[in-house]
Amino acid sequence: MTLGRTRSIALAGLSGHLVDIEADIASGLPALVLIGLPDASLGESKDRVRSAIANSGQTMPPTRVTINLSPASLPKQGSGFDLAIALAILAGTGDAPAESVARCVHLGELALDGRLRPIAGVLPAVVAARDAGIARIMVPAGNRAEAELVPGIEVLAVASLAHALRAHGADVAVPDVEVLSPPLDLESGPATRDLSDIVGQPEVVEALITAAAGGHHMFLLGPPGAGKTMVAERLVDVLPDLTPDESLEVTSIASLSRVANTSSLITRPPFVAPHHTATAVAIVGGGSGIIRPGAVSRASRGVLFLDEAPEFAVTVLDALRQPLESGEIEIHRAHHSARFPANVQLVLAANPCPCGKSGVADSVCVCTPDRRRRYLSRLSGPILDRIDIHVPVSRVARAQLFDTSAIRTTTAEARIRVAAARQVAAERWGPARPDSTELRAGRYRLPPTTVRSLDAALDRGALSMRGYDRVLRIAWTLADCDGVTNPTADHVGRALYLRQGVPA
Amino acid sequence: MALKDELGRWGESVAGDFLVANGYDVLDRGWRCSLGEIDIIAQIEHTVSFVEVKTRRSVRYGHPLEAITPAKLARLRTLAGEWCRVHRVHARRVRIDAIGIVGNGTAVDSLDHRIGVFE
Repeated sequence: MTLGRTRSIALAGLSGHLVDIEADIASGLPALVLIGLPDASLGESKDRVRSAIANSGQTMPPTRVTINLSPASLPKQGSGFDLAIALAILAGTGDAPAESVARCVHLGELALDGRLRPIAGVLPAVVAARDAGIARIMVPAGNRAEAELVPGIEVLAVASLAHALRAHGADVAVPDVEVLSPPLDLESGPATRDLSDIVGQPEVVEALITAAAGGHHMFLLGPPGAGKTMVAERLVDVLPDLTPDESLEVTSIASLSRVANTSSLITRPPFVAPHHTATAVAIVGGGSGIIRPGAVSRASRGVLFLDEAPEFAVTVLDALRQPLESGEIEIHRAHHSARFPANVQLVLAANPCPCGKSGVADSVCVCTPDRRRRYLSRLSGPILDRIDIHVPVSRVARAQLFDTSAIRTTTAEARIRVAAARQVAAERWGPARPDSTELRAGRYRLPPTTVRSLDAALDRGALSMRGYDRVLRIAWTLADCDGVTNPTADHVGRALYLRQGVPA
Repeated sequence: MALKDELGRWGESVAGDFLVANGYDVLDRGWRCSLGEIDIIAQIEHTVSFVEVKTRRSVRYGHPLEAITPAKLARLRTLAGEWCRVHRVHARRVRIDAIGIVGNGTAVDSLDHRIGVFE
């Protein structure tokens, strides 16, 4: 047999495509030719495969070998095709059982000594293989735990090319090799922070719980040192655990972003806090060649925290508008496009002015009025309009700091309240959450007496139509938090206050 | 003569015998001009074949044929034209072949004849 075939997976965003790999062992001078839109790192695969085959006790055929990756029009990147290419060649020369190799999907980068290196994106690739109806997939031993997270597909984890041949039933010597493992995650263990660390600002804590219960975006405005970052970090702690589907999505994105020691699904919502020098591509995703998820996708199902929000480039902030609305982002490049989830809860934090002293007791702001105005106006109207809860955070006085008698909500308590509120909401709405029109004018329309203050604000021009809808949503969330079936005028009033807590 | 040149001469004679045994007429061997050398020029029916021969003792450092680079083939192509001009040969078909031999100078381990390797 002079033609070897097998399959692998090419990822575009989170979705994977089955790639057929054919190796034709032809006559002619020794050469390895790779066709089918490979990028630079895949082009180098030739040299890795050649060395790995030789160093695994096999022989590279001394003829012309043509490798075709099909569909030929689909751009393919990365080193994950090495194993499939090597096995296709060996199946072509008869050194590997062609039948078994052809049926299996292979992922993995080869080291020159023939060992397999773990690769990024194994989880979404295995999911794609399973969804394409593939029964078994071969992955590097270092990715075993990650691949085994996917039910419904047989995972063969192998340490080297020789192991792979043996797994396919070839009679080869299998050397004892050290498994190449992905770098250890140096993430710290359980967070030691707690909601009760926030002192003297009960209204901020309440706003945070409301935001967590309803998944509302938050804007924290306050002087430096008031605890804005502290609040944002604790928001993610208060959120409930991810559902199994969300968990798979979050873990897939994490798997795509880096080669990691993913041994279990991520069950806690992610927290991503990019620095304000981040570019639009870093936030929304992109890149030439391979399209990578940005911060907004890595924070999907969790919290995206933009500290010093006015310092971000205006284009970066405005790029967030569309994903905030639709919950996903589709990135287009000349040759391909990728779709990523972008279901984030956004938290913005800002100082009231560039010097940070405006509105702080016992200090004088040195900013000119114009400078102050321009600073906050960098946060464009459209982006602020999408933020439901605006919270002023003030500096804490010494008396409050050492006041041990005050009752502080702990993370555990808050999480129970959030879960209870979400439970109430889930029971009321059922699987389909009502859209804005239904809340405003449809089935869930509130009586005029209840929404009087809201109507007045709309008439005054203090609220946009979107703002009106948002206040209604907050009012429903506040009712959920109180365990009440329908929002009262008080809930609407509080919602309006939360929405307009900061004069923007 | 250096050891490796001796092995090369031996390889070329093995290749020549092989071609003759396969029905070729060997027209010339080791033809040189200012541009370089053609190892074997052989003819079968109406085709004139210019053959590059590579000999190695073992495949430990790669197969002998791997040493034939595209640059070398291009030079052989020029040499072929030069040989035809000098010898006033108007062959109907011209081809460039490669023969790779693994052997120790007395016994042949393997011999590969690749036909029409210049693209």
